[in-house]
Amino acid sequence: MNPYNYLYLAALLFTIGAVGVVVRRNAIVVFMCVELMLNAANLTLVTFSRINGTLDGQVVAFFTMVVAACEVVVGLAIIVTIYRSRRSASVDDASLLRR
Amino acid sequence: MTTSTSLAYLIALPLAGAVILLLAGRRADKWGHLFATALCASSFGVGLYQLSQMMAAAPEERAFSQKLFSWISVGTFNVDAGLLLDQLSICFVLLITGVGTLIHIYSISYMSHDPDRRRFFAYLNLFIAAMLLLVLGDSYLNLYVGWEGVGLASYLLIGFWNQKPAYATASKKAFVMNRIGDMGLSFAIMIAFATLGTVSFSGVKEASESASTAALTGIGIMLLVAAAGKSAQFPLQAWLGDAMAGPTPVSALIHAATMVTAGVYLITRSNFIFDAAPTAQLLVVIVGAVTLIFGALVGTAKDDIKKALAASTMSQIGYMILAAGLGPAGYAFAIMHLLTHGFFKAGMFLGAGSVMHGMNDQVNMRRYGALRKFMPITFATFGLGYLAIIGVPPFAGFYSKDAIIETAFNAGGIKGILLGSTALLGAAITAFYMTRVMVLTFTSPKRWEEDQHPHESPILMWLPMAVLAVGSVTTGYLFTRGDGLVHWLEPVFGEYGEHEEFLPAIVVSGLAITAVVIGVAIALVKYQFSEVDAKAPENVTEFTLIARKDLFQDSLNEALFMRPGQALTRLLVKGDHSVVDGAVRLVGRTALSAGSELRKTQTGFARSYAALILIGAVALIAAIWVVTQ
Repeated sequence: MNPYNYLYLAALLFTIGAVGVVVRRNAIVVFMCVELMLNAANLTLVTFSRINGTLDGQVVAFFTMVVAACEVVVGLAIIVTIYRSRRSASVDDASLLRR
Repeated sequence: MTTSTSLAYLIALPLAGAVILLLAGRRADKWGHLFATALCASSFGVGLYQLSQMMAAAPEERAFSQKLFSWISVGTFNVDAGLLLDQLSICFVLLITGVGTLIHIYSISYMSHDPDRRRFFAYLNLFIAAMLLLVLGDSYLNLYVGWEGVGLASYLLIGFWNQKPAYATASKKAFVMNRIGDMGLSFAIMIAFATLGTVSFSGVKEASESASTAALTGIGIMLLVAAAGKSAQFPLQAWLGDAMAGPTPVSALIHAATMVTAGVYLITRSNFIFDAAPTAQLLVVIVGAVTLIFGALVGTAKDDIKKALAASTMSQIGYMILAAGLGPAGYAFAIMHLLTHGFFKAGMFLGAGSVMHGMNDQVNMRRYGALRKFMPITFATFGLGYLAIIGVPPFAGFYSKDAIIETAFNAGGIKGILLGSTALLGAAITAFYMTRVMVLTFTSPKRWEEDQHPHESPILMWLPMAVLAVGSVTTGYLFTRGDGLVHWLEPVFGEYGEHEEFLPAIVVSGLAITAVVIGVAIALVKYQFSEVDAKAPENVTEFTLIARKDLFQDSLNEALFMRPGQALTRLLVKGDHSVVDGAVRLVGRTALSAGSELRKTQTGFARSYAALILIGAVALIAAIWVVTQ
């Protein structure tokens, strides 16, 4: 199978994720879209690792997963706290730092 | 040149007095005045000892020098802090310490009610030390230190009662006008160093023999500027009248007998420069002649006794400068008039202080009158000084002034006639205004109020006046006996041999006495034999009005220098506000407005941030793609 197809898939996933981050208001959904973009990047890394026949890309992909896991922990904690205090998970409502 | 080890004591003694009294503070209040007087007197003692040493030596070995320490040593340029005592300096040393001691004694009583008497004596000692350094320095640079020192002491003492704003302003005025002269001196030193490569008197004297006339003329003119500033000569004369704000002993010591004569010392000390630079010498004569008339005219209109005496000082120093500008013929007479003037003018200033002491510090002569009966000793001493200054034989002023008038006539040609008649006219005006002072104060009917109780001053005050009065009577005869002073000073000024006489000496003396008699007669008619108002009359001639305004000296300075200076300052302030401050404010405002504009992009919407990041990333990738294609 042509490995380039993975790249196309990764580009597609990234685009979906990016559009989701920009378009959706619900913080949980935005968060999932961020994960989607991270995994698109992971897929790209792994694909290039395969194409070039080296392990570098796969190593970096592991790092990305660890970072993504940490991000999920911190991010979800923030979202839950915001929801508790404001009874809403909309990212547009959490704009108090503007002032 | 004989070396000596005791010259430094002359300066060290009064300097130690100033330092100790200033550092000891109020603890020294009880004994400060006695201590200062004792130190000044012991300095006089050292001076007398030096004189005896000098008398014992042969005429050509009478110059003593002492090297204190090596001051500046850069490459081939060496200046030692050295002292030089020769026949010229010893005259000044004895005048400064002698008259200084008398005035210290006088001040003990005169300042006895002043809470700051100790500080006053500390400043007096500081002045004596600085003035001695001025006349003892063996180079222009050492002289300059003393020159600035006396300027400082003069400033401190004019503004001694600086709680009165007018007095503080007067001291500032004196200081600022003196700065102009000081600049002249520093320029002279710079030119001397640049062209002659040395600043010591002996070095400059040697180098001046082969130097270009242009350089010497430059040095001479700058020295004249310096002398004009310090000695209140035209056109830098305006400060002396205001300097009378200081306590009267200060006026007597600094602004009559010693400091204001420093200009004459400078010119006579630099005789080798002026002899080789005829243009500068001519300017000296002109300045002297203009000032002697100028001061005399101002003196005719002053009602303030101290200001009248100050104007007279200006005029008498004009005589000295005139004599100093006449070359080898005149130097010795300039010094002679300086010494006799030191006696009679200091005596008269102390007399004026005594009158003020008895009249509740009243200085307006129109409020005096008939004081002869109440202050007989002051009247007698002041009267002897008066006879000396107007030049009545055989009092001191007659010998010295007559010699100057004679030398002026002998200058030759049209110049001699002009200078001689100027000096004669000055003598007549001097006789007029001094008689006016005398009559208004002592012999005319009383014009003071009933609550004033004029009384004679205590012995500590009249004793110095009496000593100075004796000097005013005798010094002229003593100095001229066998041309004593002229021969004494010959090693410094060079010999001046036989010369052509324009008029026989006896004729000149006759003319001078005639001029004096005319001046005295006019003053007697105007003030003794006619009513004098207690208030200055309003309906007077234009001439009187101009003289009352000091011949517009202040208006001229204000119009020519002060107001343009202020306009320049205002312009600079404006420039500072608009250009310098404007640039700084512009930077600040730019940063501020840029910040407030950029703040608008911070909406707080996380999604728009994300969108912007995305657009940015895409744009960046597109740009890279375009570039690498």
